[in-house]
Amino acid sequence: MNFLHMTENNFSLKKIEISVSEAEKRTGRNAMNMQETYTAYLIETRSVEHSDGQSVLTDSLWRRYSEFELLRNYLLVYYPHIVVPPLPEKRAEFVWHKLSADNMDPDFVERRRIGLENFLLRVASHPILCRDKIFYLFLTQEGNWKETVNETGFQLKADSRLKALNATFRVKNPDKRFIELKHYSDELQSVISHLLRVRARVADRLYGVYKVHGNYGRVFSEWSAIEKEMGDGLQSAGHHMDVYAASIDDILEDEEHYADQLKEYLFYAEALRAVCRKHELTQYDLETAAQDLAAKKQQCEELATGTVRTFSLKGMTTKLFGQETPEQREARIKMLEEQIKEGEQQLKSKNLEGREFVKNAWADIERFKEQKNHDLKEALISYAVMQISMCKKGIQVWTNAKECFSKM
Amino acid sequence: MEIERDPPCPGPVRVMSVGVWGLDLEQPGSQDLILPNGGTPAGTASPASSSSLLNRLQLDDDMDGETRDLFVTVDDPKKHVCTMETYITYRITTKSTRVEFDLPEYSVRRRYQDFDWLRNKLEESQPTHLIPPLPEKFVVKGVVDRFSEEFVETRRKALDKFLKRITDHPVLSFNEHFNVFLTAKDLNAHKKQGMALLTRVGESVKHVAGGYKLRNRPLEFAAIGEYLDTFALKLGTIDRIAQRIIKEEIEYLVELREYGPVYSTWSALEAELAEPLEGVSACIGNCSTALEELTDDMTEDFLPVLREYILYSDSMKSVLKKRDQVQAEYEAKLEAVALRKEERPKVPADVEKCQDRMECFNADLKADMERWQNNKRQDFRQLLMGMADKNIQYYEKCLLAWESIIPLLQEKQEAK
Repeated sequence: MNFLHMTENNFSLKKIEISVSEAEKRTGRNAMNMQETYTAYLIETRSVEHSDGQSVLTDSLWRRYSEFELLRNYLLVYYPHIVVPPLPEKRAEFVWHKLSADNMDPDFVERRRIGLENFLLRVASHPILCRDKIFYLFLTQEGNWKETVNETGFQLKADSRLKALNATFRVKNPDKRFIELKHYSDELQSVISHLLRVRARVADRLYGVYKVHGNYGRVFSEWSAIEKEMGDGLQSAGHHMDVYAASIDDILEDEEHYADQLKEYLFYAEALRAVCRKHELTQYDLETAAQDLAAKKQQCEELATGTVRTFSLKGMTTKLFGQETPEQREARIKMLEEQIKEGEQQLKSKNLEGREFVKNAWADIERFKEQKNHDLKEALISYAVMQISMCKKGIQVWTNAKECFSKM
Repeated sequence: MEIERDPPCPGPVRVMSVGVWGLDLEQPGSQDLILPNGGTPAGTASPASSSSLLNRLQLDDDMDGETRDLFVTVDDPKKHVCTMETYITYRITTKSTRVEFDLPEYSVRRRYQDFDWLRNKLEESQPTHLIPPLPEKFVVKGVVDRFSEEFVETRRKALDKFLKRITDHPVLSFNEHFNVFLTAKDLNAHKKQGMALLTRVGESVKHVAGGYKLRNRPLEFAAIGEYLDTFALKLGTIDRIAQRIIKEEIEYLVELREYGPVYSTWSALEAELAEPLEGVSACIGNCSTALEELTDDMTEDFLPVLREYILYSDSMKSVLKKRDQVQAEYEAKLEAVALRKEERPKVPADVEKCQDRMECFNADLKADMERWQNNKRQDFRQLLMGMADKNIQYYEKCLLAWESIIPLLQEKQEAK
């Protein structure tokens, strides 16, 4: 549950709580009129009265995962300088053997529900994103929301992957901090992936260790049947072995929450990279514009002074088909001068844009860093607490078993 | 020391000292028992009566209590490198107030084949008794180093157990071969003399092997047999489970050893999170070490004792079989007599001797079985409590590691 201030049309100020409270299996028809099964999630919004802290349900609607994706893609396009919170994974990855990789599995659905709630809370608590109209409508307008988003035309505004890749390779002078940040996000992604993979294997093995102990339960029971004095002790010790073996299920379920916290930051690394890419794009754009401007200026100069230093098509054709008239040359110079003026304006605004982008992006990145440090520390603490609990349970069970053995 | 062999049942009769037996005079039915001071009975009452059996059991209690007069320890393994071979010897220290020992204290060195010799001699000379098992001669698993510290220590413990079990046995502990083993400077010289010391009973039991079919195993021995069969089965299962657990724990350990360092790698990327992440890495490292200690302990202490009990119950079963043979021989001979048409069927001496042998055997076996059951209960109690203890210690080490890291994680870092 999170409190946030949200403005709608800058007129009202509300404190609201958001929760994804339920998940439900649905069947429907998809775009190609084929029947499909999907899960819908219930989003409830409550406004909290200042004075008495009572909350009133103001909105409640159902959304499916693809709608969350749409919202996020929209935010990515309209807020390229923001580290946009990630969604929980689309398909279950880093599974260890017991967890199902099936999207319909109730455990997976439950963890996804929590992840989606977390996403909404992150957006709602972001000082800039929380003000977005489309986000507000996502929470309040069930019907027609998709159309409303598409009407913004954000898909057209999105930078193509190719363009972005091109910029990454050819940009000459990106801000150093962004180079470092990109490097960091690559490394972070790599190390968290590795961590999650190994953790899954560790969980798998730990499961095996605990479950095999269950066999002691059975054999001690069988053995106790042929013993006189040893029988009772063995039998009750066997029971504790069964308890031990069964305890691993809850332990590992708790650990999945830790893994989910790590996963969020794994996906956040991608969001960081997106901001870096945007910077590279704007920077490249700026550099290209500056280059073009410089080229035009030179062309102009050459025309004016009559020297041809640079190769130009016009120059070639002039050579081939005859000199142009002074009037033609004047016209060309004038056109170039206009273009140069325009170009200088554009460069100025692009420069400004670029600097704004860097400033705003960097502010959000600092905010993100603090959030990350805080969240991951909390995650590590809760992981340590889980381990402590597991150790204490282990000591308890074996102490009980030892007492049973002592009575043999 | 010369031993007279007239009595058919080789019981504690043979080697006596006033000290140990003096107490018996208080026990009921002690009149039946052969009295101390070397006297052998004129072949009258069979010592294998229930009252003497009772005495033997009571004697065991005395030996476990304050009247211990024989202490044997196996320690100090040393490697010997000779031209022909390399082997390990163990120091055997004996402390005793028994008359049978010339000195109050002895210290000799013995190697595995000496123990093997002793066991064979005991089996030959005490066929009606259960002889404790030795650790296996050859290592089955193949690629185990015979001279590694762990292997030698495991073996030493088993050999120590072996001698202690003989020490605790009211009959076996007085065996002359045992005495020689504990005291002789040069055992090999004695080994050569060995042949002369073979007992008549030993001989006769050997000859019985094969040839006679037992019709009915008495109920109590049948029960013992069934018990041993099931017991061995259950132990086998426990052995397999224990091995499987160790295997799973080792695989878990392998993953942990990769898991911990990843936190270290991550720590190198971070600023404020560097210390907490490094701390978690170290913590996992400590848990890994604790786990390794657990698996080592289980491999070295738990599994060998378990396996030894399987061997022990196998030994007991073979003694049961020998007993069956003795009974079979007796029954066959008895039948042969019955079939002979005689007016006054007189039970010939050798059939009587057979009966004595059988009854003696039965008594010894029952006594040994009782002792075995008692020891088994104590041994398993200790073994299983030990297993629980090791697991508790493992979790306690891990708990300590994680608890100590919580303050580090919660620490507010100074802004850089």
